[in-house]
Amino acid sequence: MAEAMQERRTDYGPPHYEQFLPPIIKENYGKWKYHEILKPGVMVHVSESGANLFTIRAASGRLISIDKIRMFCDLADKYCDGYLRFTSRHNVEFLLSKKENIEPLIADLKKIGHPIGGMANSITSIVHTQGWVHCHSAATDASGIVKSVMDDLIEYFENMKLPGKLRIALACCLNMCGAVHCSDIAILGVHRRPPKIDHSKVNKMCEIPNVSASCPTAAIRPATVDGNPSVEVLEDRCMFCANCYTVCPAMPLNDPINDGVSIWVGGKVSNARHEPMFSKLFIPYIPNNPPRWPEVTGAIRNIVEIWAANAKPYERLGEWIERIGWPKFFKMTGVQFQSEHIDDFKHAGLTFKRSTHITF
Amino acid sequence: MADQLPNTPKLDELEKGKWPSFVTEIKMAAKRSPMAADLLGQLEQSYNEKIGYWKHGGIVGVMGYGGGVIGRYSALPEKYPNISHFHTMRINQPAGWFYTTSALRKVCDIWEKHGSGLTNMHGSTGDIILLGTKTDELEPVFDELQKIDFDIGGSGSDLRTPSCCCGMARCEWACYDTMALTHDLTMHYQDELHRPAFPYKFKFKMSGCPNDCVASIARSDLSIIGIWRDEIQIDKAAVTEYAGKGMDIQSDVVGNCPGKCINWDGKTLTIDDSYCRHCMHCINVMPKALRPGKDRGAMLLIGSKAPIIEGAFLSSVLVPFVKIEPPYTEIKDLVDKIWDLWCEEGKNRERVGEFIQRVGLSAFLDEIEVDPIPEMVAHPRENPYVFYEEYEEDE
Repeated sequence: MAEAMQERRTDYGPPHYEQFLPPIIKENYGKWKYHEILKPGVMVHVSESGANLFTIRAASGRLISIDKIRMFCDLADKYCDGYLRFTSRHNVEFLLSKKENIEPLIADLKKIGHPIGGMANSITSIVHTQGWVHCHSAATDASGIVKSVMDDLIEYFENMKLPGKLRIALACCLNMCGAVHCSDIAILGVHRRPPKIDHSKVNKMCEIPNVSASCPTAAIRPATVDGNPSVEVLEDRCMFCANCYTVCPAMPLNDPINDGVSIWVGGKVSNARHEPMFSKLFIPYIPNNPPRWPEVTGAIRNIVEIWAANAKPYERLGEWIERIGWPKFFKMTGVQFQSEHIDDFKHAGLTFKRSTHITF
Repeated sequence: MADQLPNTPKLDELEKGKWPSFVTEIKMAAKRSPMAADLLGQLEQSYNEKIGYWKHGGIVGVMGYGGGVIGRYSALPEKYPNISHFHTMRINQPAGWFYTTSALRKVCDIWEKHGSGLTNMHGSTGDIILLGTKTDELEPVFDELQKIDFDIGGSGSDLRTPSCCCGMARCEWACYDTMALTHDLTMHYQDELHRPAFPYKFKFKMSGCPNDCVASIARSDLSIIGIWRDEIQIDKAAVTEYAGKGMDIQSDVVGNCPGKCINWDGKTLTIDDSYCRHCMHCINVMPKALRPGKDRGAMLLIGSKAPIIEGAFLSSVLVPFVKIEPPYTEIKDLVDKIWDLWCEEGKNRERVGEFIQRVGLSAFLDEIEVDPIPEMVAHPRENPYVFYEEYEEDE
């Protein structure tokens, strides 16, 4: 055992990236001059040295099997001398130095069911979380909604006809492992009922002061219930964030009748033109309707189509809404403005309209 | 084992359509893995009953590490015994997510032998996610990962696995070497990455330019975003070529400039760089004609996070420009000061952005010995509730 411990290596870190770079990248590292998008999903980077590096971007689910990774490897061996990469949005990218390999690779990717696209003014893969596949606090599934939305919007992945980029992200609860809060369209799983407290377990499984401190609205306080040291929740102050559940397993909020999703719009991360923006609440609640969540896909298609038909070139969804004003956006999309849309958390007043700049 | 796949009419619906199907992926894995088969069964039940069936967490890991493994147990272990444990392992990705097929195949072989055969390429933070294995398999997986030089990533209240855009490997806009910095910081802070000792998580994200392809400004405690401080490089002939091909430079480029500092007279494009806001729009639209300047480095911004607990934050400016060159001493010194302060004074589960909000940016800057400058604020305060510290005595 002692010997085994001695042999054990720790903290050696990830493999150095250099060994994974194709020769054309090593030779032209830091020397790229410009790039051009040749067609949807295909671009070329041109180096100061004159070298051309072609990238083919293919859709990929976030959840993939080792069988699929091996298929990608087979294609990379066949066309790319054994090199490939993934993007920050789960796409897979093949890096080619031979132009003649582009079309055969695309054909092979399509054969295994992976469309090409997601570049420039398009909708690329949806960044998302685990959902019912692997998470305890999910208010909805993630992969199923993503699949349904992208099936519906596939034309916008495979071409570049939108006014600007449109980034969609999904998080299956307010923890937002996917950090969706700055997306053009965010799909966010929500709970709508307070925690169901198991008073016999709170004191055994949780630190009561931590549970109280976890509540953003101070709705949780220590209490003795049926002789058990536990907590009570002031339910009229609970906004169902589930942070108490994160620190205390005895306070689940999951509820099949009341869980669902909300839709948020108009955020962006890039600094291009407008500064980065948060997404804003657009549809407060849509019930879960597996397997294909048609109300969600319909709402998103509606937003995309109205934006696409009305925005100026390069105008992201949030920039367009800011120009035309929110009242017009609600009117054009036919979504009812309601009390949930008005902020009542800290510093809410900053989101009130404080001018006469209103259109009629 | 294909004949043992559970009946999943709801999930089968998600094998239709043109987008790649995660259900098809799980079914592929289920041909050899009983874990993946039980996952299908439990997921179908979730689809029928509109609720997840995973228990809350659980502490598991590999020896010598405090993070990187997420414990996961089915709430229905009798019905789905093969996923009674279904733990996730986060494996630190190589910077920039470049791979050779031989390295990826080795990871697949390990996961075929010891896990469900399901992965995320990649998780939100950037790790390779090996999705689903039993407690007994954690050590064997790690043992085999060691042999192929892949190490575990972060989880819990530690430094999370740093990640970056592809930077200079394949982008002409990279204002510094994102992959080199990411690898260096990852190696330098292995202890902080592997042994949770912080008040809460801490994330670094490296983007090579203000387009911010890894969403650094929205989701990293320290956002390191490439920027330049001299003049945008203009290739006049290429500008003419864009105009000749029908680009409406006045409307598409000049009209969208937030600093209103570009002029186009129909023949020549000029930029008053002293008013350039470094937004990237003009460069994005005319990549052949315009390039970031030559005096390149990065801006450091601090404090972004998702909503829990105090609300979502974007990172805000801490250092407007720093040269990014090995051994990155300036960044590491600053990080060490921030961590010393936050580890000492931060509350349990308080991200550094929330800590700054609580103690005040001025007090925070004072503690980490950074001078306040106007670049740090959108505008000066609007309320008169000033904590004046200096005053005169009547002698």
